[in-house]
Amino acid sequence: MLNRRMLIAAAGVALGCLAAIPAAAQETIRIGLILPMTGPFASTGRQVSAGAKTFMAMKGDTVAGKKIELVIRDDAGTADQTRRIAQELVVNDGAKVLAGFGLTPLAMAVAPVATQAKIPSVVMAAGTASITKASEYITRTSGTLPQYSLPVGTWAAANKIKKVVTLVSDYGPGIDAEKWFTKEFKAKGGEIVEAVRVPLANPDFAPFLQRVRDAKPDAVFVFLPSGAGSLFMKQFADRGLADAGIKLIATGDVTDDDILNSMGKPAIGTITGHFYATAHDSPENKAYVTAFKKANADMRPNFMSVGGYDGMALIYAALEKTKGDVTGPAFMAAVKGLSWTSPRGPVSIDPETRDIIQNIYMREVKDVNGELQNVEFQTFKDLKDPEKADAK
Amino acid sequence: MLTILFDGIAYGMLLFILACGLTVTLGLMNFINLAHGAFAMAGGYVTVVMMNRYGISFYWCLPAAFIVSALIGLVLERTLYQWLYQASHLDQVLFSIGIVFMAIAATDYFMGGQQQLINLPPELSGRMDVFGVGIGRYRLFTIIICAVLAVALQLILSKTRFGSRLRAAVDDRRVAMGLGINVPLVFALTFAFGSGLAGLGGAMGAEILGLDPNFPLKFMIYFLIVVSVGGTSTVSGPFLAALLLGIADVAGKYYVPAIGPFVIYALMIVMLIVRPNGLFSRGGR
Repeated sequence: MLNRRMLIAAAGVALGCLAAIPAAAQETIRIGLILPMTGPFASTGRQVSAGAKTFMAMKGDTVAGKKIELVIRDDAGTADQTRRIAQELVVNDGAKVLAGFGLTPLAMAVAPVATQAKIPSVVMAAGTASITKASEYITRTSGTLPQYSLPVGTWAAANKIKKVVTLVSDYGPGIDAEKWFTKEFKAKGGEIVEAVRVPLANPDFAPFLQRVRDAKPDAVFVFLPSGAGSLFMKQFADRGLADAGIKLIATGDVTDDDILNSMGKPAIGTITGHFYATAHDSPENKAYVTAFKKANADMRPNFMSVGGYDGMALIYAALEKTKGDVTGPAFMAAVKGLSWTSPRGPVSIDPETRDIIQNIYMREVKDVNGELQNVEFQTFKDLKDPEKADAK
Repeated sequence: MLTILFDGIAYGMLLFILACGLTVTLGLMNFINLAHGAFAMAGGYVTVVMMNRYGISFYWCLPAAFIVSALIGLVLERTLYQWLYQASHLDQVLFSIGIVFMAIAATDYFMGGQQQLINLPPELSGRMDVFGVGIGRYRLFTIIICAVLAVALQLILSKTRFGSRLRAAVDDRRVAMGLGINVPLVFALTFAFGSGLAGLGGAMGAEILGLDPNFPLKFMIYFLIVVSVGGTSTVSGPFLAALLLGIADVAGKYYVPAIGPFVIYALMIVMLIVRPNGLFSRGGR
C-alpha cells in the first residue's frame, strides 16, 4: 500500500506546485543568451554559457525578488541567425534582457533589435571596440581589443624591444589589435618593421612565419583567434624563431587558458596582455575556478567564461539597483557606473560609453605544478577602451 | 628562397595525401564524395585520442588512423554509399554533404569544438640547417611518407591485377561483372583504401593544418581544387597539381602577402581554362 500512498503524496505535491506556478511566473525574468554553441566557434559558446551558469549556481537564481531564467539559444556563429533568434526571444519568449554574442558581427546584428525594442543587451565575448556604439542599449563585460593590445605595446617599448613585426588575423578585431599596438609602440619610440595580415581561413602559417624570420625583428606581436593561435604557437617554435632570438608577444587570445595546457613546451615564455587568467590570484577567482571546474568536468575557465560570469553579475547588480525593473531605459541607467569585484579583479562600467573598465595584466606562460598557466607579472590599472576615449 | 620551396612542397604533399582518396572515388568510381574530409578528420581524431588520452607513440597512430578511417569507409560504403553509385551526381552531392554536417555535429558533441593539438616526438620537431637551407624535420618526414605513398599508389593502379580490375570495373561495370570480376567488392575495397588514405592525411595534417570539428568543410575546397586541376583519371595529375598548388600558395603568401590567398584560385582558373580536363587527361570522356 506504500505505493498508493506515495502516489497520492506525489500528486499532492504536484498540485501544490501547479498552484504555485502562476504566482512565480509573474516574477520571472527571462534572459536570452544567444551564443554559437555549434560550428567553428562552439568553444566560445561553451565557455560563456558555463560561466553564466556558474554565476547562477554560486549566487542563486533570484535577485530583487525576481526569479531569473536563462534561455540559451544557438546561432551557430552566423549573424542572420543571431538576429532572427533575438527577435524570437523578444517577441515570442518575452525575454527582457539579451546577452551572449560570441563574435563582433553577431553582436552588431542584434543592435537594431536592441534599439527598437529597448532591450538591454550584454556583450559577453565579442571584442571589437565599435560594438557599444551601435546601440545605446548595448553594454559589455568582456573587453575590447584596443584595450588589451595597447598595454602590450607599452610593455614592449619599456622592455628593450626595438623592432617588431605585427602579425594579425585579417578581420575587424585583428585590425583593431594591430592599430592600437602599433600606435602605442611607435609613440614610445619603437619601430614596426613589417605588418603582416593573415587570412582568417588559413591552414598553414609557414610563409608568414618565414617572412617574420627574414625580417629579423626583436619580437613579433600576434593577435589570432584562440584556435588558430595555438597552431601558430607550435609552428613558431618549430621554425626556430625563438632560437633566432625573436620573442613572441601577443594578446591573451593566443594563450587561451582553455587549450593552453595542450600546447606543450613551445608555449612557455610567451608574453601576453589580457584581462583574465585562470591563474589570477584572488579569493574571488579561487572560488570561481573551483565552482566552474566542479560543474564542468574539470574544464578550465578562460577569459570568455569570465565574460559570461560577469555578464550575469552585471545583470544581477543592475536589477538590484532598479529593484527588479527591467525596462530598457531604467536598466541601462542602472548599468552605467556599476562596479563590482570580478574573478578577474575590480571592474566597472564606463557611464559614458557603457563599455567595461578593467585592469589589463601582462602575463608569461609558465609551468606551474606540471600545468601551463598564464602567470601575471604586471598590472595596468583601470583601463578604458582607448578607441572611444580617443574619439572624444 | 629554398626554404619557401621546401615548405611549399611539404604543404603540397599533405594536400595530395588528403585529396588522393578523393581522386580515387571521384575519378575511378565516378562518385562525388564531398564527405571525403570527414574521413580525414576521423583519422586526425584517432591520432589525438590515442596520443593525448592513452599516450601511444605518434608512429603507431599513423597506421591506426589509416585502419580506423578505412574501416569507417568500408562500413559506410556497404551500408550507405553503394546505393548511390547509380544515382545522379546531385543526389550524391546532397547525400555526402549531409554526411559532412552529421560528422561535424557528432565530433563537436563527443570531442568538443576546440582546436586539438598533438605533441610530436622530439626527433620530429624543430628544424635543421642543410647547406644553409632551414628544413623543418616534420615537414621532411611528411614529404618522404607522401612521396612513397604516391609512388606505391601509382604502381598499384597501373601494374597490379587489382588495379586493372578496378579500371575495368569503372570503364564498363556490366562487362566487368560478366567477366567474373566482383565489382562491389572491388569498389568497397577501393573506397575503404581511399578513406584510409584520407585518415592518414588527417593524422599527419593535425600538426600543420590543425584539427577541429569543421575540418571537413574548411578543407573541402582545397581537395576539390586539387582534384579538378589535376584531373581524375590518373594519380600523377593530382600529385603534380597538389605540389603546384602547395608551392604557389606558400610562395604567394610569402612574396605578395596582400594578395596571397588569391594566388591558388587564380592558378586554378588559369589551369582550368588551359587544360579543362586536368593536367594529364586522356582527353574528354
